[in-house]
Amino acid sequence: MTTGTSSGRLQRLLALVPYVVSRKVVGLAETAAAFGITERELVDDLNLLWCVELRSPDPYCPIDLSYEGGEIEVSQAGLDRPLRLAVDEASALLVALRMLAEVGQAGAGLAEGSALSRTIAKLEAAAGEAAGPSAQVAVQVDKIAQQTVLDQLRDALARGRRVHLTYYVPGRDEATERDVDPMRLLIVEGRTYLEGWCRRAEAVRLFRLDRVLGLSVLTAAAEVPANAEPKDLDQGLFRPSPEDLHVVIELSPHGRWVAEYYPCEEVTELGDGRLRVELRTPDSRWVRRLALRLGESGRIIAPASLDEQVRADAAAALAQYAPQVADQASG
Amino acid sequence: MSRRKTERLLGLVVCLLSSERYLTALQIRAAVPGYPESFEAFKRMFERDKEELRELGIPLETGSNSPLDEEAGYRIPRQAYVLPEIRLEPDEAAVLSLAAGVWRRAELAGAAAGALLKLRAAGVDAEETPQPGIEPRLQAGEAAFGPLWQAVRDRRPVTFAYRAAGRSEPQQRRLEPWGVVNRHGRWYVAGHDRDRDAARVFRLSRIEGPVGFSGPAGSVAVPEDVDVRETVREWDTQPPPQRSAVLRVREGAGHGIRRYATSVRPGADGWDLVEAPFSDVGWFAEQLASFGRSVVVTEPTDLREAVITQLKGALA
Repeated sequence: MTTGTSSGRLQRLLALVPYVVSRKVVGLAETAAAFGITERELVDDLNLLWCVELRSPDPYCPIDLSYEGGEIEVSQAGLDRPLRLAVDEASALLVALRMLAEVGQAGAGLAEGSALSRTIAKLEAAAGEAAGPSAQVAVQVDKIAQQTVLDQLRDALARGRRVHLTYYVPGRDEATERDVDPMRLLIVEGRTYLEGWCRRAEAVRLFRLDRVLGLSVLTAAAEVPANAEPKDLDQGLFRPSPEDLHVVIELSPHGRWVAEYYPCEEVTELGDGRLRVELRTPDSRWVRRLALRLGESGRIIAPASLDEQVRADAAAALAQYAPQVADQASG
Repeated sequence: MSRRKTERLLGLVVCLLSSERYLTALQIRAAVPGYPESFEAFKRMFERDKEELRELGIPLETGSNSPLDEEAGYRIPRQAYVLPEIRLEPDEAAVLSLAAGVWRRAELAGAAAGALLKLRAAGVDAEETPQPGIEPRLQAGEAAFGPLWQAVRDRRPVTFAYRAAGRSEPQQRRLEPWGVVNRHGRWYVAGHDRDRDAARVFRLSRIEGPVGFSGPAGSVAVPEDVDVRETVREWDTQPPPQRSAVLRVREGAGHGIRRYATSVRPGADGWDLVEAPFSDVGWFAEQLASFGRSVVVTEPTDLREAVITQLKGALA
């Protein structure tokens, strides 16, 4: 909220009187909560509003209010309506609403589609010209190939059922089988995930829906343990754990994309477009596959044992092409 | 902002809003308490106050009540100030709350909260309880998002250092931005590249250092037939696969390839024969190499050679 900035309080004061006026009478506690401030701060705001004095030429108070008994009431309001939306404000809501509408089209049926289009239309009308630039920002939501997966998951969530997933783990090139107790669906940066209690890992896991190879809703009820913590999305989707393997990779300019695609703890420019990245991963197989994909564009610096494994992987793969190729490589 | 200043600005807004006539600076000083006695000091303070109100988006108009007036005055037209009536049904208000939460940690979080505040002040009951079971979110974005959004909003050209894929050095680029698009979870800016004299798309994560404005507001014209989403989509989309590869894939492995295969024929020797479409040899060779000893290219020859080179690179 903008209330912490220097002009934030003025914005809040301009909104406060209309907030009360539009509700006729409203409680102090409820109002403080709506504005994200303490009751003490609210009372200070109300006193300030009440003290506004103009002269024309005799002094008069354009705002008259009371908050006796914990109920705010405005009897005279020189400021009875809120300020119109700024471009940034209208855009923030409209871009997000249109993104949700796209999820709806993709089939998530996140909210009733008609509620979204009605809200967008009303907000556009209220914002007027300020709504214009929002058309130039868009968040596209990835289409999910298997539409039925999403429908099944929503059904499982609604009915509190366990699901069985065949899930592709690209880092290990494995199709895994597991039972999951669904917790919620996440749509983060245009990608849709199932968050659930994975009974195989006995932990909360995220599953990208475009990597679900197969899904069935089981008759068993979902049993999410009470201590299963949903991800705190404000902390980012993927947070390395201290137990994870610490990997250092040096990249040529051609391999710089690694720093864009994977969350790195440290990124250091080495000159000439070369880069050193440090990242953490629970799975060394993922790093081995990454190194093979990078070829000469990347080199694992640490742990050294992992670099040796990659060389062994590459030699084993080469050996399958022709004996002479393997000879050249080792010779 | 000091309490006295907040009080003064509040008085100024109420005063100008309640007057249908333009008020001169002197009339304003007489009506709004808190301005200093000295005329020079008053003028300076009043100039700053006007600036602050405009930054908040308050429509402060300058004009005169009659052609005979020598000095211009000020007013805030109620029509331009007031948020028009908006009534939302409960399901609409719920959707609105969900939308406001999308930006929670990202660039426009403050703007979303500000909008919600005004809508609540207009009588909308938008609770911050998200819908159960679903949580849409944009993550904290790239540093370049803020300035690029401002440039798009205000139609200003920009300049920035950009390191294209595989380049060792960033290059200074000059762009008339048309729009900002998030696709597959990544932010892009599309616009007219002044040096290339053509439409170009840039990935925000490859912009290095600050984004500078290189022209005044309103100096960028977005061509009418441009759809920025389409511009980014075209740029980001690989050409349709033109060629087909024949691969030997170990049983139970190579799922990443099998998902896109046109055919899979089980073999007797523990290897499946997989046909997969591709367009770019280099890119596909990198993908195939990542499967290590689980995938062997049978044909075409150039793909086979490219994978061998790739694997040798990992050994080098």
